[in-house]
Amino acid sequence: MTTNVPVIDSHAAPVAGRKNFLNCSSGFLSWAGTLDHKRIGIMYLVGVSLAFLAGGLFALLVRLHLWKPDGMLFDNVQYNQIFTLHGAFMVFIFVIPAIPGSLGNMVLPLMLGAKDVALPRLNLLSFYLWLAGALMATLAIVLGGFDTGWTFYAPYSLYTDQAVVTIGLAVFVLGFSSIFTGLNFIVTVHKLRAPGLTWFRMPLFVWAIYATAILQVLATPVLGITVLLVAFERLYHIGIFDPRLGGDPVLFEHFFWFYSHPAVYIMVLPAFGIVSELVSVHSRKPLFGYKLIAFSSLAIAIISFLVWGHHMFTSGQSTYALFAFSFLTFFVAIPTAIKEFSWVATIWKGSIALNAPMLYTLAFLIIFAIGGLTGVILGALNVDIHLHDTYFVVAHFHYVMMGSIALAFFAGLHHWWPKMFGVMYNETLAKIACGIIFVGFNTTFIPQFIMGSRGMPRRYATYVPDYMGFHQASTIGAMVLGAGVALMVFYLVASLFQGKKAMQNQWGGVTLDWLTPTPPPLENFDEAPVVTTEVYDYSTLDYKAMQTPVA
Amino acid sequence: MSHDGHHSVVIPAPGPEFVPHTVAHHFDTPVQEFQSMKLGFWLFLATEILLFGGLFAAYFYFHESYPETFRLGGHQLDWKLGALNTSVLLLSSWTMAMGVRSSQTSQKQKTLFFCGLTVLGAVIFMVIKFFEYRAKNEHGLIVFSELFHPYDLTTNSLPWFKDYDGVMAGVPHPHLFFAIYLTMTAIHGLHVVIGAGLILWIMKGTAKGRFHAGYYLPVDLVGLYWHLVDLIWIFLFPLLYLVP
Ligand SMILES: [Cu+2]
Repeated sequence: MTTNVPVIDSHAAPVAGRKNFLNCSSGFLSWAGTLDHKRIGIMYLVGVSLAFLAGGLFALLVRLHLWKPDGMLFDNVQYNQIFTLHGAFMVFIFVIPAIPGSLGNMVLPLMLGAKDVALPRLNLLSFYLWLAGALMATLAIVLGGFDTGWTFYAPYSLYTDQAVVTIGLAVFVLGFSSIFTGLNFIVTVHKLRAPGLTWFRMPLFVWAIYATAILQVLATPVLGITVLLVAFERLYHIGIFDPRLGGDPVLFEHFFWFYSHPAVYIMVLPAFGIVSELVSVHSRKPLFGYKLIAFSSLAIAIISFLVWGHHMFTSGQSTYALFAFSFLTFFVAIPTAIKEFSWVATIWKGSIALNAPMLYTLAFLIIFAIGGLTGVILGALNVDIHLHDTYFVVAHFHYVMMGSIALAFFAGLHHWWPKMFGVMYNETLAKIACGIIFVGFNTTFIPQFIMGSRGMPRRYATYVPDYMGFHQASTIGAMVLGAGVALMVFYLVASLFQGKKAMQNQWGGVTLDWLTPTPPPLENFDEAPVVTTEVYDYSTLDYKAMQTPVA
Repeated sequence: MSHDGHHSVVIPAPGPEFVPHTVAHHFDTPVQEFQSMKLGFWLFLATEILLFGGLFAAYFYFHESYPETFRLGGHQLDWKLGALNTSVLLLSSWTMAMGVRSSQTSQKQKTLFFCGLTVLGAVIFMVIKFFEYRAKNEHGLIVFSELFHPYDLTTNSLPWFKDYDGVMAGVPHPHLFFAIYLTMTAIHGLHVVIGAGLILWIMKGTAKGRFHAGYYLPVDLVGLYWHLVDLIWIFLFPLLYLVP
């Protein structure tokens, strides 16, 4: 017995007209009330993609406004609202749920050889909580908007006359959506692994989602109580964040960043997971340092709870706290660098296929190196005092959030697209779009690094004319980036209608997700899989499935 | 195997007055289902503890900042009523444990009896809480009718904190203690109400015979939830009523 699972035979002879999870039932209710993790994953995918497009639109408006030093489009309050909307939509409604909600839901049970996640009803509830949160955030725009920045810093968030309570409750609800997703995935990984699938045979995407899930469960409740307390402050002036009433706004910052630093890893760990899978599959080589990558995910999850104070270097903490937080922040770089080196070492001398998912992955590797290293620069106390609240910070976290996480999300989307829908997009267009996005992204944010280092503060609606060249370059870059994303949306959607059929195993993966029929049947596997080989063992690859189109 | 959905695991009912339990389709064994739900619920309880953890952190921070305010504020609460409520909840934890035990041994009537007692405990707790809140209202320490009125910038005063008797005079930011007291006890009270609702739901299922020695998972989980609600109160009581 050298094969992973007995279902490989079904690749060779796909049953014509067999039912898969997409066509096994139809009608609105069969989707809206579905308990199937794959359908829930697709609903998430549609939802977070719309949120990404909305957030991106707000970003383009911000960039357009900043074309001229005095601003082009908005007054100051409107400008504050637009960048707040951009941040809040991107962080809470797109990035946090994006990869776990869509690709995690779709792939995790497949990779584990399970029929579904452990708690399917809770999974559907997570999706509807996400939807409710997204709708409440939209309602808050209608109710007058919110201008606090996505961070809701007190005391401004307590005094501004805008819809802070509504958006705060939206974040609370979105938080519970995230908590339930994480809880569900932890239980699924612990209890629903196929026979023979030991912890160290799990694909690294599973490890990454697992580490993410721990953070979702342990960090998010603190955000929940924090936004709830802000809502109470506004409703009945509890006073704990309000200096007029004896409260302490810095306490808010501690609460907020205790969640929001780990949240960075809630966002980025799944991206690491995708990249780990893709460098292996598209180089057809086992991962270099499999255990190191797995443990570094857990190490990042743990360290991330100890560094929140690096967001508050200028908030008046004690000197010793500053030293400790700065020092601990450097520690995050170690497991992160281990990953980056392991990925590069995996590609080294591999059989590299430069297809669309791999191109997006390579773009990630370059951008993330820059995003990660500029984070180390910002973790240094003395440098941060200068760079704090400048465009340098903005560029740094966009290299991580947009350049790394969103690109990894795109990479994963292109990788599993044929698995999900059984169709292939136009690869030429995909490669062109990847190039446009890469160029547009760097053109947007490299000027921001430069003007940030020269003192351009973030969140200002106007600026001194000296920065105009940088701002205009950045705006042009954003437009290019937007065009690239639009092209991507176009060919992906078009492929659903006239894409050519994908292969059963489009890329030659050997994890369980590629060993089910494509698209998978409702309960994922025709026969319950038993794992007998080590992970990423490409000697087990069945080349026939790579040449057999989906039924 | 079960990919066609026709094959499913059924736990037989122990008697005619009970209903068999069908294991959810994506689990292979009842044990797997039991352990999964249990692990999931413990994780959920962890998030509850963390949620309250934020409130406790705020309590300690301000207790440290304004010890006099908290000491004097704590004296305004009736520790006898607090102690009574503590005993009520402790007793109800015992009755809940007995309810779970009865369910595990397929004793329908006993389960209903003990769960009923637990709900009664919840009701008594909330009634006592109501009288406590009313007393605070009367002394102007928490004026509920003005709770949501905007902060008065002209007089720099908080509408819901009047302190008619001047009992908190002379300490800094006297409202802070009562704001934290109200927030913590109200969120806890909400959990008591939710817990009572869950127990009623359990009783309904028990009456229908859904829970028995073969399948008592929901009873078990609601029991855990109720113990957590009690546990949080065990911490709230000394911190608020017996301020050190
Ligand atoms: Cu951070």
